[in-house]
Amino acid sequence: MAEPGFLPRPRFRHLLAALTAAGYRCLGPKVRDGAIVYEELDSADDLPRGVHDHQQPGAYRLQRDDSPRCFAWANGPQALKPLLFAPREILWTSAAGSDGAIAFHPQMPEALPTAVIGVRACDLAALRLQDQHFLEGPFPDPHYGVRRGNLFLVAVHCTHPAATCFCASTGDGPRAESGFDLALAELDEGFIVTAGSPKGEVLFGQLLLEALDPAQQATADGEIAAAAQAQQRTLPSRNLRDSLFANLHHPRWDDVAQRCLSCANCSSVCPTCFCHAEMEEPALDGSHSAHYRQWDSCFTEGHSYIHGIVIRADTRLRYRQWLTHKLGSWHDQYGRSGCVGCGRCIAWCPVGIDITEEAAAVCGGDHA
Amino acid sequence: MAAAKARLAVHKFSSCDGCQLAFLNLGEDLLRLAELVEIVHFAEAGPVDPEAPVDIAFVEGSISTPEDEERIRQIRKNSRWLITIGACATAGGLQALRNLADGPGWIAEIYAQPGYIHSLATSTPIAAHVPVDLELWGCPVNGRQVLGAVRALLFGVVPALEQDKVCLECKRHQAVCVLVAKGLPCMGPVTLAGCGALCPRFGRDCYACYGPAENPNAAALGRRLEGLGLVPEAVARRFLFINNGAPDFAEAGRHWQEQAHDPEP
Ligand code: SF4
Ligand code: SF4
Ligand code: SF4
Repeated sequence: MAEPGFLPRPRFRHLLAALTAAGYRCLGPKVRDGAIVYEELDSADDLPRGVHDHQQPGAYRLQRDDSPRCFAWANGPQALKPLLFAPREILWTSAAGSDGAIAFHPQMPEALPTAVIGVRACDLAALRLQDQHFLEGPFPDPHYGVRRGNLFLVAVHCTHPAATCFCASTGDGPRAESGFDLALAELDEGFIVTAGSPKGEVLFGQLLLEALDPAQQATADGEIAAAAQAQQRTLPSRNLRDSLFANLHHPRWDDVAQRCLSCANCSSVCPTCFCHAEMEEPALDGSHSAHYRQWDSCFTEGHSYIHGIVIRADTRLRYRQWLTHKLGSWHDQYGRSGCVGCGRCIAWCPVGIDITEEAAAVCGGDHA
Repeated sequence: MAAAKARLAVHKFSSCDGCQLAFLNLGEDLLRLAELVEIVHFAEAGPVDPEAPVDIAFVEGSISTPEDEERIRQIRKNSRWLITIGACATAGGLQALRNLADGPGWIAEIYAQPGYIHSLATSTPIAAHVPVDLELWGCPVNGRQVLGAVRALLFGVVPALEQDKVCLECKRHQAVCVLVAKGLPCMGPVTLAGCGALCPRFGRDCYACYGPAENPNAAALGRRLEGLGLVPEAVARRFLFINNGAPDFAEAGRHWQEQAHDPEP
């Protein structure tokens, strides 16, 4: 790979132009309804210049100052997950023929080359897990696969962790180490650009980058290291599986069930959660039908409904399922914990339940 | 020979008529529905035959007069499937607020000749009077709900009802949470999905018009609303609104009213 180069801030639009010329639609961070969301960028002016976030358990607010930086914030409510694992989509349709036989028709998403700008390290780590889940098993998911195959990822190293972030303790950030096509480190005067893949190399070559001053690299490295230092929360990096399963009757599960709304916001914003439900939506005249898949959660009744019985009818069992799966049995299924330390489930929980606190409470004491 | 068409009726009790619009606003699907079933009674749309036996009876409105009590028993006898539509028929409606107040006192204050008003002391849901086969929540219900129920019954299966909370729909639509990002007192975490998270998608807080979802933790949401700055009386009003008669909301409302009048030390 080529040595990193420098892209002066006024030339950031060249990156968008090169991606557009290569056939990509460009998605990136924008402010919408009081949060940073990833939507189509018309120009570099759409970026959240001078926008900063304040995140706390159950609270998220933005404010602006006159900083020239466009990536001086920690992740918002969603990033890559909804772009690949659609919140709701048709998997197939079926229609009754005149002879009464039913014919099935797969519904594939349109292949839409998509560049996402501003992807964080935690979201790249989550993407690796989603790839493993959706693509690397015996039955790769074609819907996810089409979108994944058309993705170009421009990472931005994180320099502004929120109070809810703990990616340093899970080993997933704040520096984007791999899994991107291009990575950017943002400085006041511009961006340090690194290529991370052959397609990234090609684009890198089109950017007419300037030579990098070693002092710029040192500043960027310092900011990323400081971002790791600044994180206030941690999750033990050891495998919590045995601790969690030894504590299935810990009183903390009752305690959290008093607070938890069983609302599924945590699992919906979690970039690694992949549970879904499927349903049929027939046309009124019964002649044809659409088969949908949509986001589900271990916090719903339907999730544990089997043959007339709801296995996890109360919140204690549902919260326990979420935590013991995410931090415990994921190790057996995917070789690591399902948490990449993004902190979303803490900030976007309406009642501010903190996964790091709950895990510490359950695994800390000895109630086995 | 084709089998006889299923017969359908839409009845109205104490209500604003808004749920009947779920049928009237269907556009072409209303014509399709009229081809699939025989609509024998639906006063707002034309056909009037309130005592006809039917396969499917949709019932809008709550029971609030002595005549209502008698009429719903007749409808039950004449109907194979009785489906309530909307907050009034399913939880007593907004008008069930009078169950918590001095109804006769209010009538006396408002009407010059209160003797002409023959109301029951309460406004109650249909299920408090006769067995109900299916309850469709919402204020108002929408076309998707009523057509989904008709389609399932014509297939001979039990209609699959929403169980999830509004938060799930909100997230599926990629709406930004107004409780977390704006501190608004959103009722989505205890409210049944079905509206498509309409209010949060327009930047305002859900006011629970679809009634309680399964496994609602009204106590925890109430505490959170208080934490957002609502006084106990205001928290009570969040629960005692359109679906004040739904047991989970009624209980939460009572609790916060007690807090308002007799705060714990
Ligand atoms: S569990 Fe919470 S902190 Fe961990 S990846 Fe999921 S949303 Fe992020
Ligand atoms: S932990 Fe929070 S976000 Fe998750 S289900 Fe419970 S209340 Fe909702
Ligand atoms: S806006 Fe309301 S319905 Fe939507 S996620 Fe937040 S609390 Fe739930």
